[in-house]
Amino acid sequence: MDKLVSYTIKTVHKAYREKMLTPTSFIDLSLQKAKQTNELNAFVTLTEDEAENHAIESEKRFYIDKNTKSLDGISIGIKDNFCTSSIVTTCASDMLKNFVPTYDATVYSRLRNAGACLIGKCNLDEFAMGSGTVDSLFGPTRNPWGYTKDRWRITGGSSGGSAVAVTSGACVAAIGSDTGGSTRNPAALCGVVGLKPTYGLVSRYGLIPLVNSMDVPGILARTVEDAITILNTIAGPDVLDSTTFKEPFNPIELGDIDLGRVRIGIPKEYHCQGMSKEIIETWSYVIDLLEKEKVKMKSVSLPNTSVSIAVYSILNQCEVASNMARYDGVEFGLRTKEDSSTEELYASTRLKGFNNVVRSRILAGNYFLLTKNYQNYYIKALQLRRLIHDDFKNVFNGENAVDLLLTPTTLSDAPLFEEFTSKNNRDQCAYQDYCTQPANMAGIPAVSIPICLSKNNLPLSLQLMGPRLSEALMMNVAKHIESIVKFPALNYP
Amino acid sequence: MKLIKLYHQFNYKSRLASSCRFSTVSNKKWQSVVGLEVHAQLNTETKLFSGAQNVFGGVVNNCVSLFDAAIPGTLPVLNRKCVELGIMTALALSCKVNEVSTFDRKHYFYADLPAGYQITQQKAPLASDGSIDFQVFTPGVHKKPYRKRSKIKQIQLEQDSGKSLHDAELKRSLVDLNRAGAPLMELVFEPDLEDGEEAAALVKELVLIVQRLGACTGRMEEGALRVDANVSLRRPGDPLSTRTEIKNIGSVRGVAGAIRHEIERQRAILNNGGRIINETRAWDAIARVTIPMRDKEVVQDYRYMPEPNLPPLRVNLTTKDDHNDILSVLLIQDKLPVLPEESRKQLIQEFQLRPETAIQLVNEPVLLEYFQKLTTDNKRSSNKVANLLINDLLTVLNKRKLDVDDCPITVKQLKELTDMHLSKDITLDVCRKVLDELIALSDSDISPLKVVHEKGWILTSNEDDIKKLCVEVLENNPKLVKQYKEGKIKVFKALMGILFKNSQNKVDMAVASRIMEGLLKNDK
Repeated sequence: MDKLVSYTIKTVHKAYREKMLTPTSFIDLSLQKAKQTNELNAFVTLTEDEAENHAIESEKRFYIDKNTKSLDGISIGIKDNFCTSSIVTTCASDMLKNFVPTYDATVYSRLRNAGACLIGKCNLDEFAMGSGTVDSLFGPTRNPWGYTKDRWRITGGSSGGSAVAVTSGACVAAIGSDTGGSTRNPAALCGVVGLKPTYGLVSRYGLIPLVNSMDVPGILARTVEDAITILNTIAGPDVLDSTTFKEPFNPIELGDIDLGRVRIGIPKEYHCQGMSKEIIETWSYVIDLLEKEKVKMKSVSLPNTSVSIAVYSILNQCEVASNMARYDGVEFGLRTKEDSSTEELYASTRLKGFNNVVRSRILAGNYFLLTKNYQNYYIKALQLRRLIHDDFKNVFNGENAVDLLLTPTTLSDAPLFEEFTSKNNRDQCAYQDYCTQPANMAGIPAVSIPICLSKNNLPLSLQLMGPRLSEALMMNVAKHIESIVKFPALNYP
Repeated sequence: MKLIKLYHQFNYKSRLASSCRFSTVSNKKWQSVVGLEVHAQLNTETKLFSGAQNVFGGVVNNCVSLFDAAIPGTLPVLNRKCVELGIMTALALSCKVNEVSTFDRKHYFYADLPAGYQITQQKAPLASDGSIDFQVFTPGVHKKPYRKRSKIKQIQLEQDSGKSLHDAELKRSLVDLNRAGAPLMELVFEPDLEDGEEAAALVKELVLIVQRLGACTGRMEEGALRVDANVSLRRPGDPLSTRTEIKNIGSVRGVAGAIRHEIERQRAILNNGGRIINETRAWDAIARVTIPMRDKEVVQDYRYMPEPNLPPLRVNLTTKDDHNDILSVLLIQDKLPVLPEESRKQLIQEFQLRPETAIQLVNEPVLLEYFQKLTTDNKRSSNKVANLLINDLLTVLNKRKLDVDDCPITVKQLKELTDMHLSKDITLDVCRKVLDELIALSDSDISPLKVVHEKGWILTSNEDDIKKLCVEVLENNPKLVKQYKEGKIKVFKALMGILFKNSQNKVDMAVASRIMEGLLKNDK
């Protein structure tokens, strides 16, 4: 079996110490894998030179300086909406096709400081607007599970490239972003762990924004433990992002926890229309499993869940309209040759630079923000967001409080490309993000864990959510589930 | 104070009856209403949300951080110093500092606005409900100062835009982002002024206050303080009617001129049965008219939205605990300097200066500093020192078209010169000449005494010398002497004039007058 698809940070480091592998040889293998799986279209840019240089530095620290860093020689992928100095950062958009930032996103610079080696920049839906990684300037990313040239499944999105980079063996871990489920959704469909940390725990500096008030850098990894190692590297205050917590971050430790003292809620509203039978069975399977482990399971209610997706959609479009205003062809990015007037330059640049999804969200967002509509849409949406936030607060506090919530991540296993693209982007997002976006609305942490394979031999995953900054408990429980279900690694030809 | 005001209004009306220069009351049908919005650049090392340098006149596009150019992925980080200066100004203007204020995005597309929105404080400003008290006194316009108060609606922090340069010939626009993201505080005043002179006086007082605070350089010529004026006319007792807005007026006299012109313009339209349209106008300082700005044909909807990347700005109103995230307003209050109005009171009470003199001194911080230094260490007559500064130094500087701020004369030189004048070693006329010479030389090492000696300007008060000169005048002008003796005492003035001329202004005229009179009387 292909070892590359099952290596973890620990096993790679063990191999380095035992000299079964060296950072340069492993990074070489990782790059080869990325090239071999080229047809999956996980990467927008392969950063071979960087990867090799990073590996040489790691190798020196490993064997000469004997001063190893926590992620030395670990292959990583970064979603192409995080700025990387001197490396093109496209957001999978014509607008930024040739945009080369002069600075590093905090997440990337922290990973680099810990010794991680960059394999490449990962594909996404244009400006992370999507839930399939099909709306990219560079074409769709393909799910390696059940892949054939003529019949393949979508990866989920918008961090589909990052998920595939991890599943396929090109990277041990990858960074995605999560605004409404963009990390957890592809993690679920590609069979990897997808962690969305608490809003404010990880710096957004250098992440090209979709919705500033919901965006969180996400982590895709093969194991819960690896996700935590990455989180411990990237989390913590950042003076460059005023929305990060000011308190110092204490690294999270995974250990044995007394499951008998953990209370997990099953929100009934997540049992929604359109949810596949297999997903519901998987959900029940894990509920039973946890009950056997003496976890206190109970049914809870988050009454405002059903409006969440509509509220999310309005807030998303408003912030998109605002955030996209800077793409005018003046300071950076695409500029058309139109020179009859400044206004014409803006219009033609934005028409050519943005795809239909981006343009329609800008249009809708600007409509909602008009003085005459502001109260009826934007303010109303904010008020509902507060109610959704309070739903979570209520289940996590008080007499009948639970510590965590267990829900499906997606409503089904990965759909075929043809199935998925028969619906438009907006309907797909409304459907695919149903279980994931409430956590973004509330700013709480959530993790998707692969559980088992469907009849189609595709990953089925569940999601844990917890109150703000409950990553330690949430990930410990996730690890327990992971150790029981023993989800298999990908068997890709 | 009320008395003065009544007097003023009376005076105003009587003058207006003859000339049509002022609009407020010349036509009783219309009452003019003026409200100001002032943008003051905060005098900080770095910009409002970025680490880029905040300087005027830097090399084009050289003080621009990634954030200022709206490079994707960058985020704003609030500059604590800006908050401090904003609060300081708010306190100096008796505003209520808000415990929590927030930032909003104001959207519009413009080439010198890289993000496509400006970060401002529309909904919950830094401070609100203040007022500014000021004296309205323009020498040559008002005979006496009168007090006026304007209410402040709010003070908010916001970003400045960059600058666009349009090259019509080559059909291209150039953008300089040095100013983009520079910290501004916008002060919104209620429409409670009546004319341009009041508005100009308000602006002048505001400049003095922000300069005292060190919050803003106040250099209007550099655009550090820019004024927008809302002007409308109504019938007394009616609600406010349609207004026009004059944008970006760049000098104190410009404020007075622009508003005066706009009131005249509106009144002419209304008197002809026309209608005022709500529009934005610009002040053409050379043609001295307001002209419509053409880019406002479409009503802008700024699509305000809360700035999601900045948490609410909190301040501590109750204790003197100060830490990185939350500033103590009480600590800032303690740091407030003496404000201009207090200075004027001090000058009037401690130095017995006339109100007009106090106003003029405080209006020129450099002169005030000279005054303070010249009156603290010595018993120089405060009134004479003040007069010398206002009448003589200022006149000399004006003649040379030199800004008071650039006056090269040192305190030491000024002290020496003043003492020579006060002890009657030189005449006032010579004193002015020396001032002029000192400015021309611009050399802090040169002693005024040396200048006087070198130029032979020293005043003769030696009685023998003066007597000799007097005798000479009497001998050479027997006709005048005869007339005097016949009772035509008026010719004394003529004799003194001749003496003054002969001596090249260098005799102490008081002594000379006594001696001359003695000689004429003895001669009887």
